[in-house]
Amino acid sequence: MQPATVSQSTGTEFRKHNPPLKWVGQVFLAAVALVAIYILGRNLILGPRIFAQFVISGLQLGFVYALIALGYTMVYGIVKLINFAHGDVFMVGAFTSYYLVERFSLHVWPAAVFPTMNDTLVVVIGTISVIIFAMLICVLLAVTIERVAYKPLRDAPRIAALITAIGVSFFLEYYGALNFVYTPRFIPFMRPFEVAAWYIDPSGIHNIVQGTAPPDNAVTFSNILIIIMITSILVQIFLQFLVRRTKMGIAMRAVSFDKPTARLMGINVDQVISFTFAIGAAFAGLGGVLYAIAYSSINTQMGILPGLKAFVAAVLGGIGSIPGAFVGALIMGQAEALTMGLISTPMRDAVAFTILIFVLLIRPTGIFGEPENEKA
Amino acid sequence: MELGFLVGSIVKIGAILAYLYGLLWVLGHKKWWVKIVGIAAAFTVIQLGLTVVIGGNTLLNDFDSGLLFQAASMTMVALGLNLIYGFNGQFSLGQWGFYGIGAYAAADVTFRWTHGDSRGLIVLGVGAILGGLVLLGINKWLSRYRGVPVMSAFAFYLVGSILVGIVAVGIGNAVDPSIAPLLGSQAEPGPLTQGAWMQIVYFLAVIFAGVFAAEISFLLGIPVLSLGSDYFGIATLGFTIVVNTLMVNSDTILPFPEMKGGRGMIGIPKLTTWFWAFFFMVLVIIIMRNIIHSSTGRTILSVREDETAAKAMGIDIANTKLLAFVIGSLFAGIGGGVYAHYIGFLSPKTFDFLPGFNPMIIVVFGGLGSMTGTIAASFAWIFFLEGMLRVLLSQFGTDAPTWRFVLYPIAILLLMLLKPQGLLGKVEWGFLKAPIVKAREIFSKPVETTSGQ
Repeated sequence: MQPATVSQSTGTEFRKHNPPLKWVGQVFLAAVALVAIYILGRNLILGPRIFAQFVISGLQLGFVYALIALGYTMVYGIVKLINFAHGDVFMVGAFTSYYLVERFSLHVWPAAVFPTMNDTLVVVIGTISVIIFAMLICVLLAVTIERVAYKPLRDAPRIAALITAIGVSFFLEYYGALNFVYTPRFIPFMRPFEVAAWYIDPSGIHNIVQGTAPPDNAVTFSNILIIIMITSILVQIFLQFLVRRTKMGIAMRAVSFDKPTARLMGINVDQVISFTFAIGAAFAGLGGVLYAIAYSSINTQMGILPGLKAFVAAVLGGIGSIPGAFVGALIMGQAEALTMGLISTPMRDAVAFTILIFVLLIRPTGIFGEPENEKA
Repeated sequence: MELGFLVGSIVKIGAILAYLYGLLWVLGHKKWWVKIVGIAAAFTVIQLGLTVVIGGNTLLNDFDSGLLFQAASMTMVALGLNLIYGFNGQFSLGQWGFYGIGAYAAADVTFRWTHGDSRGLIVLGVGAILGGLVLLGINKWLSRYRGVPVMSAFAFYLVGSILVGIVAVGIGNAVDPSIAPLLGSQAEPGPLTQGAWMQIVYFLAVIFAGVFAAEISFLLGIPVLSLGSDYFGIATLGFTIVVNTLMVNSDTILPFPEMKGGRGMIGIPKLTTWFWAFFFMVLVIIIMRNIIHSSTGRTILSVREDETAAKAMGIDIANTKLLAFVIGSLFAGIGGGVYAHYIGFLSPKTFDFLPGFNPMIIVVFGGLGSMTGTIAASFAWIFFLEGMLRVLLSQFGTDAPTWRFVLYPIAILLLMLLKPQGLLGKVEWGFLKAPIVKAREIFSKPVETTSGQ
């Protein structure tokens, strides 16, 4: 009570600082926004069908990024480490599923065990078991990495852990590129199920018959998009539930808020951190399988750029925030697909990072990030 | 056989470290003539190794001399990064991009010059000088207003640099016809493409390329440095990726058909002799040391240690960060120019963002905030990697490059686990030590008193 009255009586309120030349920046931003709107609007009016097609491919990309971004945002939120190896865990997920499908034919095991089973059911159960197996491998890998490489460095300077992360990333990429492990080449990925595609035109949704082209004014999409979308949204809901409702989620939030205090409250911090890595890796593995299914070509270095984009997406949405990662990933996917389609393919990274810089300048903690005080 | 390579690499690294220790000791000697003789001797030792032929081979074979040149340019890049990250605490992953910009800009100038086109040098030179003046002028003008928003400042700088670019290209197109006849063509070199002229053009190209990289870093730094540390790292990493993308598409998106996009730029005149590499390296070392041990350097250090306290002491945080970033990129640009003219071939693959982590790894290995550590680590790191490759080649054949990158991360991991502060910590050798100012010298000066007391 006392301090409040004192400050009121002295009346030393800071005058609201109005920065000079602010209008220049606003005009500049408006100009950039106008150019972007012009490009988007012009293409939307000239070719709405192509535009919609790009949006759909952007959605597919964005939902995969969202799966990877979750791991980044959770790990960064808790240990403040840019886990560069996360993109390679994604790669391992894709490769694991490749070997499961190609070498072990795991995707048809229900048919082998129960010969009378319905074909659709076989594919569904087979694919799900491939995905779960790949996720398990990724979890094991990530927990090992965390124990071996990051845990001993928890009290060291942050850069040490970061360099280690880069080292682990290099190791996974090049160890995978050895001929007896995976291979340095691009491998065609065999999908565990058939692709079905549909097209939408003014008269409704139609099935595309194999060998026939859809009409000119139609937008096509495939079951892969639907699978990726549904999975990504389910994962999102699951994580929200995990973080908000379960004991582990509360512990995770506590650790990310204040590690020493969380330890004093009887939380096993090491266990929580390992669990976070495991969850992130599981979804990265899931993302890896879906990415391989969608783009059907895998390589040991495939995880680098998607990993980086996903991290950018996490930063864009506000790092540490799960819905933020989701929204950021969707924005990144759209930005990439639309740039590829409307401007030029090589500029997609440039546009992605430019968006990041602009968003961070306007909202330094990202779209969903809570404002933080750097130094109290 | 493998053991021979291994022992050989270790001996080489030891010799190089002894050489660097000697060089730094000589540079830091008090008597000026010892300095000059010593520097000349340090230069001559390697030069003799490169030229003296014994039994049909030079003392230092092509492989080792190549590593020396690479290490010299890497030293500049890593020193620049150490200024940005080690001394100023800004986690930058953009150093490799500036290195690439310097390399491509310098290479383009001399390439065009030898192909009868003087516009490269004129545009880059005018752009670098005029651009620097304009950027500084805008900076001076903006500093009259307090607290100009980042976005507004950036808009001014951007418009200024675009205008400068237009003017520079205009001047280049206007002046070129009068110089071009003197250049001849590639088949028949004109008077200006031979001997000393070429050396001058090379020198200017490298310096201007460095300044150009510094100006780009200024433009990038204005918006990006105001982000937090990790965000800054990601944004600069993005910059490296964007630069690399532009290199891959330099003949389609950018109007530089001679850079040949993803196929790589060939036919760059190999003008970097050991003299130039040594000259630029020592120049960068001297500039770096003098910055660090000056009041500017202490300002830079104070920003790393505690921004709030530094601000309370009246230090302009934003400008200090920008200064360190720009100088660091200048070094990277110069290193790039030296590298391009040694290797004679530039491929965008070299400037991919994955090797872009190398300067950061070198700086952390050498010890953050240790100039000696950075210099020693640059040399040791390159010799270590290549020595390892030789050892592995005899063992694994064509898989060796991959095996190298399997073992190399393990080495990184072990080093980080065992010695997270870096190899040399804060040790400095000879020249790079903080100058010892004796107490007597300070107190013997008459204390200036303000009038009116």
